[in-house]
Amino acid sequence: MSAPDIGDRPPGAAVGMSSQSGLAAALTPVLTVAASLFGLGLLWGLAANAWPSRAFPGPGLVWQVLLAEAANGDLFYHLGATLGRVAAAYVVAMVAGSVIGVLLGSHRRADRFFSPWVVLFLNIPALVVIVLAYIWFGLNEAAAIGAVAVNKIPNVVVTMREGARALDPSYAEMAAVYRFGLLDRIRHVLLPQLQPYLAAASRSGIALIWKIVLVVELLGRSNGVGFQIYLYFQLFDVAAILAYTLAFVAVMLVIELFLVQPVERHATRWRRRPA
Amino acid sequence: MQPVGGVVPLRVDIAEKTFRSAQGVSIKALQDLSFEVRQGEFACLLGPSGCGKTTTLRILLGLDKDFSGSFQLPEGGSDRIAAVFQEPVLLPWRTVEQNVRLALPKSLRTKKLDGLFDTLGLAGMRSLYPAELSLGLARRAALARAFATEPAVLFLDEPFASLDERTAERLRHLLLTVWSARPTTALMVTHNLREALMLSDRIIVLAQRPAHVLGMFDVKLPRHYRNPQVMSDLLRSFQQKFPGVA
Repeated sequence: MSAPDIGDRPPGAAVGMSSQSGLAAALTPVLTVAASLFGLGLLWGLAANAWPSRAFPGPGLVWQVLLAEAANGDLFYHLGATLGRVAAAYVVAMVAGSVIGVLLGSHRRADRFFSPWVVLFLNIPALVVIVLAYIWFGLNEAAAIGAVAVNKIPNVVVTMREGARALDPSYAEMAAVYRFGLLDRIRHVLLPQLQPYLAAASRSGIALIWKIVLVVELLGRSNGVGFQIYLYFQLFDVAAILAYTLAFVAVMLVIELFLVQPVERHATRWRRRPA
Repeated sequence: MQPVGGVVPLRVDIAEKTFRSAQGVSIKALQDLSFEVRQGEFACLLGPSGCGKTTTLRILLGLDKDFSGSFQLPEGGSDRIAAVFQEPVLLPWRTVEQNVRLALPKSLRTKKLDGLFDTLGLAGMRSLYPAELSLGLARRAALARAFATEPAVLFLDEPFASLDERTAERLRHLLLTVWSARPTTALMVTHNLREALMLSDRIIVLAQRPAHVLGMFDVKLPRHYRNPQVMSDLLRSFQQKFPGVA
């Protein structure tokens, strides 16, 4: 008889080491990040002191502008508008890109036919798509979000196509023999296999999407971080430009730390951890 | 114990199955392969490696539809089929219990599985992920999944290959224990004659490629009489009937 190979880890003992060293181990990465950011701020402050200029404000001034914008509510209004567009474009791009990618990855002839289209769309500049979308569909929210999504979809397609090619047919056969329903197949067989590819597409996606959203806002919207940055560009107010940029980067960092990473940890909990 | 499953036997009548390679070479895997497995009977498909046993099973499982001929699966009770593959094929991202329950039809999803898990020695492992199991335990989980669905017919494709002999022997006994509690029409592919003699009511002996039936060998003796002495007698009479096989 084979011995149950469950490692030497009794249930519940995973985090029960000496709690002090555990706490230190948990805090070290956070402290490293804090120290690193503080160092960057310090460097920025020193540089701004060395070359005083209206075009290069120090961190203190930017912080004051940030507080003022937050106090009058503008910051949250524009951040919210941009975040909403980012979220909408992200969902549209991920869903459409994944469906197209999986279909192409699992149908070789369709892939051969549509592959040039994918290459074409991959290489159309974001700006062209945005301008055309505004011309064809008007200066409205749907055109803005659609333009961003169209810019991102080809990247998702390429990643998810690789994912679909790497699918293990034995799981699909097992699901066929045991007559899994369509939803069960997607949820329990397909998506877990595609998870690493979804994670990769998401990661590169969010960063790309929010940058394109700023351009869309600059060209044809009357709110959002991109609109504000354009406004302060015309006023030559670098402190405000940096304040909005930093605020949005901070928001994206929080999303990464408290949404993306926990979701990813949950999705990969079944992988065997190195002992 | 009353055999469950249908009144209709498993009837196989495959005229021909040919594989075409990418270079255009065609290989005839099966020709005029026909046999029957009676209801509630445990049959073994025995043949040399590469003779087309797994191909036959894939056709019966509905995974390969490119063949000429027909087959009929047992009906009555349930029309479900279950399979134990050469590899356990458990979903690595679901626990042992979730793997078993996912294979069940919606109406059986919440049924009690304690007895089955106990019999197979998996009681304490229901919440483990497949990566945390040894190969032997993973194969037990695959057996649990197959039997939990209460199928009308059960297909096994060399389920004990690549295990050490002691583990394989223990699993064979477990398989018999679970199967005897609910004798389901079963067809197992193997190239191991001893295994076939120990488990089956009837052995269907296949010839080299293209596979067709060489003959049948009925083991009428109840399984609990098949001790080492009897097994070697069975082995001898099998070899008299099929000299040169296995």
